[in-house]
Amino acid sequence: MESTAHHEAVTSESVDMDAIMQQVAEHKGCGTSSGSGKSSCGSSAGESELPPEIWEKVKNHPCYSEEAHHHFARMHVAVAPACNIQCNYCNRKYDCANESRPGVVSERLTPEQAAKKVVAVASTIPQMTVLGIAGPGDPLANPAKTFKTFELISQMAPDIKLCLSTNGLALPEHIDTIAKYNVDHVTITINMVDPEVGAKIYPWIFYKHKRIEGIEAARILSEHQLRGLEMLTERGILCKVNSVMIPGVNDQHLVEVNKAVKSRGAFLHNIMPLISAPEHGTVFGLTGQRGPSAQELKALQDSCEGEMNMMRHCRQCRADAVGLLGEDRSAEFTTDKIMDMEVNYDLEARKAYQAVVEQERQAKVEAKNEELAALADETSDIKVLAAVATKGSGLINEHFGHAKEFQIYELSAAGSKFVGHRRVDLYCQGGFGDDTALETVIRAINDCHAVFVAKIGGCPKNDLLKAGIEPVDEFAHEFIEKSAISWFKTYLEKVKSGEIQHFTRGDAEIRQGALIADEERKVCDGV
Amino acid sequence: MAYKIVASQCTNCSACEAECPNEAISEKGGTFVIDPAKCTECIGHYDTAQCVAVCPVDKTCIIDAAYPRYQPA
Repeated sequence: MESTAHHEAVTSESVDMDAIMQQVAEHKGCGTSSGSGKSSCGSSAGESELPPEIWEKVKNHPCYSEEAHHHFARMHVAVAPACNIQCNYCNRKYDCANESRPGVVSERLTPEQAAKKVVAVASTIPQMTVLGIAGPGDPLANPAKTFKTFELISQMAPDIKLCLSTNGLALPEHIDTIAKYNVDHVTITINMVDPEVGAKIYPWIFYKHKRIEGIEAARILSEHQLRGLEMLTERGILCKVNSVMIPGVNDQHLVEVNKAVKSRGAFLHNIMPLISAPEHGTVFGLTGQRGPSAQELKALQDSCEGEMNMMRHCRQCRADAVGLLGEDRSAEFTTDKIMDMEVNYDLEARKAYQAVVEQERQAKVEAKNEELAALADETSDIKVLAAVATKGSGLINEHFGHAKEFQIYELSAAGSKFVGHRRVDLYCQGGFGDDTALETVIRAINDCHAVFVAKIGGCPKNDLLKAGIEPVDEFAHEFIEKSAISWFKTYLEKVKSGEIQHFTRGDAEIRQGALIADEERKVCDGV
Repeated sequence: MAYKIVASQCTNCSACEAECPNEAISEKGGTFVIDPAKCTECIGHYDTAQCVAVCPVDKTCIIDAAYPRYQPA
């Protein structure tokens, strides 16, 4: 396939910079056209790689642009509790304020409460640019509440982008309403295009006043999802497809899904790991269905990348999440607090703030390109992963012991590439309850050669070194990618000179169990 | 002559409220309830009770034994 050819080209003997950049661009799917004639370049694609009208749509959308997600924030409002299908990875009875997964919320809102919340958040967090309705059920199974919310927000906060995330069953019948309310980003969760596979994921759908089960249910769902996707792309609405990777059920099949959605004009494909633990009470949790390891997930994402651009920065957030993708500030904006807030929606102040954020983003890209130029003569085929502790803004600005997640970058002669993130919150039960916080972190980033932090204490430093992960604090508060490339250059030099030997690292774990609150985290002393 | 909702099982997702052909379902004190005077078990409207068919938690919408089964006029 195309992607394999690119891999081989990258590892060939003499590589000049232009060729590398060209390969990187092609590898991402840039320059290729999807069925609708739209570029399929999305997650890590920058300004130069996208048509201007697409760039305008994604440049400050944290879910559609990997670059934007370091700088711009999103929020979900939980106005849509009802659902029209049942999924084996979802349990609607689950309720935990500290858990972060789709389908979990702390409180439901009316459209009026939701609009007030959006304005309050937008006034407090000026880099909040995107409002999504993602449940906790299906937005299109609650059309009156969903569209009323969009209507109110478009009046009160006209600069905010509107999105929705759906299972697709009711999508075809609501296409015109979606277009009417200027919803310009729609995500469809498509886990299969083969009803035989679908029957293992969806026990039933509720359609035309009937509960339909088995293969017939999956067939109807799949047909509606793909038709809905086509109808959206025909109308110029940007579509992302989410797929849950369920090992042994649809993992290999997702390559077929990837082809099917690309050919129908999807802009971006987001393959997410199944989150499954017995305490969640889902069918998959109770039957012991496991989620993928970090390596399995990355391998599948890599294999689809030649076909179209892949999203790897999804945090599988709650249906009431607020803030940057790696953070959740929803506790600051409970209904009680919002109703007491005096809010003045200042459009100009928001624009001014966002202009500063945009400068910051550009400075980061320039810094990276500068450092990248120095890698131009590099021909090594070594690839390593590095973990980064960050609070956002594209900077290494978080202490090791305070990090709730680490961002993962792949470093190679082609430069740096964001390939994912790992949560390191502790676990209630199931998971690794007896481990210390540090052991949990090491399991989560075990496939990395280095971890970049703003600061780290002596105790975790030694344990990381013992585990073969180099703690790096010399780039504190500097740009992530520039620093990572600089470190990688030195790493390659040390390998060449024989000072160190390059080893391949093992696999890493993706968190599965339920999460616990911050106060309960046991952090290693001195961090 | 009616279905009832087992309060301890109900997730308050509201899916049943919109599907009920008799507008017999409403939210009361943080959970959903069926008005037995309005419930017709969907007889005359649909083949199956809509609240049962759409409810995400099995055995949550059940026949209320306190009332005789609904008899269409």
